[in-house]
Amino acid sequence: MSKSVLLVGTRKGCFVLESEDRRDWTVRGPYCESWPVYHAVLDRDSGTIFAAAASEWHGSAIWRSADLGETWEHSSEGLGYPDGDGGLKLSKVSNVRPAHGRLLVGAESAGLFESTDGGETFSLVTTLEGYEGREAWNDPAQQPPGHLGLSAIIPHPSDPDRFWIIVQGFSLFETTDRGKTWAPRNKGLRRDWPADYEDIGFCVHKVAPASDFERMYQQNHVGMHRSDDGGKSWTEITEGLPTEFGFAAATHPHDRDTFYVIPLDPGHGRTMPDGKLAVWRTRDAGSSWQRLDRGLPQENAYVGVLREGMAIDAQDTPGLYFGTSTGQLFASTDEGDSWSQIGGLFPGITSVTYASVD
Amino acid sequence: MAELHLPATLPPLFPGLPRELDIDAATVSEAIDRLDERWPGFRDRLVEAGPALRPHINVYVDRARGELDTELAADSRVDVIAAISGG
Repeated sequence: MSKSVLLVGTRKGCFVLESEDRRDWTVRGPYCESWPVYHAVLDRDSGTIFAAAASEWHGSAIWRSADLGETWEHSSEGLGYPDGDGGLKLSKVSNVRPAHGRLLVGAESAGLFESTDGGETFSLVTTLEGYEGREAWNDPAQQPPGHLGLSAIIPHPSDPDRFWIIVQGFSLFETTDRGKTWAPRNKGLRRDWPADYEDIGFCVHKVAPASDFERMYQQNHVGMHRSDDGGKSWTEITEGLPTEFGFAAATHPHDRDTFYVIPLDPGHGRTMPDGKLAVWRTRDAGSSWQRLDRGLPQENAYVGVLREGMAIDAQDTPGLYFGTSTGQLFASTDEGDSWSQIGGLFPGITSVTYASVD
Repeated sequence: MAELHLPATLPPLFPGLPRELDIDAATVSEAIDRLDERWPGFRDRLVEAGPALRPHINVYVDRARGELDTELAADSRVDVIAAISGG
């Protein structure tokens, strides 16, 4: 019988939660020597957990565990920019994705690395040199606190040459040649600020594809958007949501029209509107939205959820999980209709991912 | 042999690495290299591109602030200190 595993990346290490029934969870951790963990995932092919972490003292590394967190190793061999490469400095690794036999790593300053030996060594794939906007997105004066650089990697499930990346604050890009060349995928997105480039300069927070990878949803700094052509064009679907701002999002694994998002106050707070926790769901691809709050705190709940802070499993009736930037973890086993807090009180949560393990 | 003292955050990263050990090296950088040979990846934990000591890593040689190229005497004491940062 398979068990459910949640990997929870936090400001103070990685935690592993396990459950037979998605209701009662055991908690192990903190792992990775309590380094700040920005993203942790389980590679289904190798059974290895990979965690992207960056210590204030000891720099960045990809941690890995082949036994579900019981023992760990780390490596940063090759994770760095060549001297003189435009002065780029690697401040953190922010995203890690196993895909088609290699491990892809996103970093700040914005760069993409790969490992073909299971996370022991890494090599630079690209810093998107020569692309419009690169100078600006690597300019510290234009970066928000906690800047993630290359904040997301979205592999195509069947085509190893094709994947998408997000450069925080600037663009979604797609490659169809394993990262050699990139096309900006921002057509139709809204932006409410002056821009230096027609195709670049969009604040993409989160892209959540449906299982067909033609339908995609995007939480942007300004608005929720949907694509029906693999990100080549976008249509805004914000109407009906309480705010246009948020980070975390998830697409239903069996229904491309069903999608979840956690809208936040768009001001400085970036917490739940009116201090009431809620996840919002559409079942018609964004034409209408339903507020899901049963079991979630509805008073004085001024918490936020970061861009990798929500996960959905692929069971027949999918479960959803989200962690707050102040360390509470919530779960639903009925597609978001009702929720309960699980696991305990954690350090600030940066990422939540789910895996089913035999 | 210089006497090297490491912060508590390092031994958990490298099995068998002690907090204190004697190193035969002419400079701070060379001492770090000696440890990197025995515990691969050690240098990355203290040194960033440049090369330079990481921003929150301080090295004192005989109680004086040192850098990577600071020379070590045969009886030097080297303290590697992880600065108080974060919360």
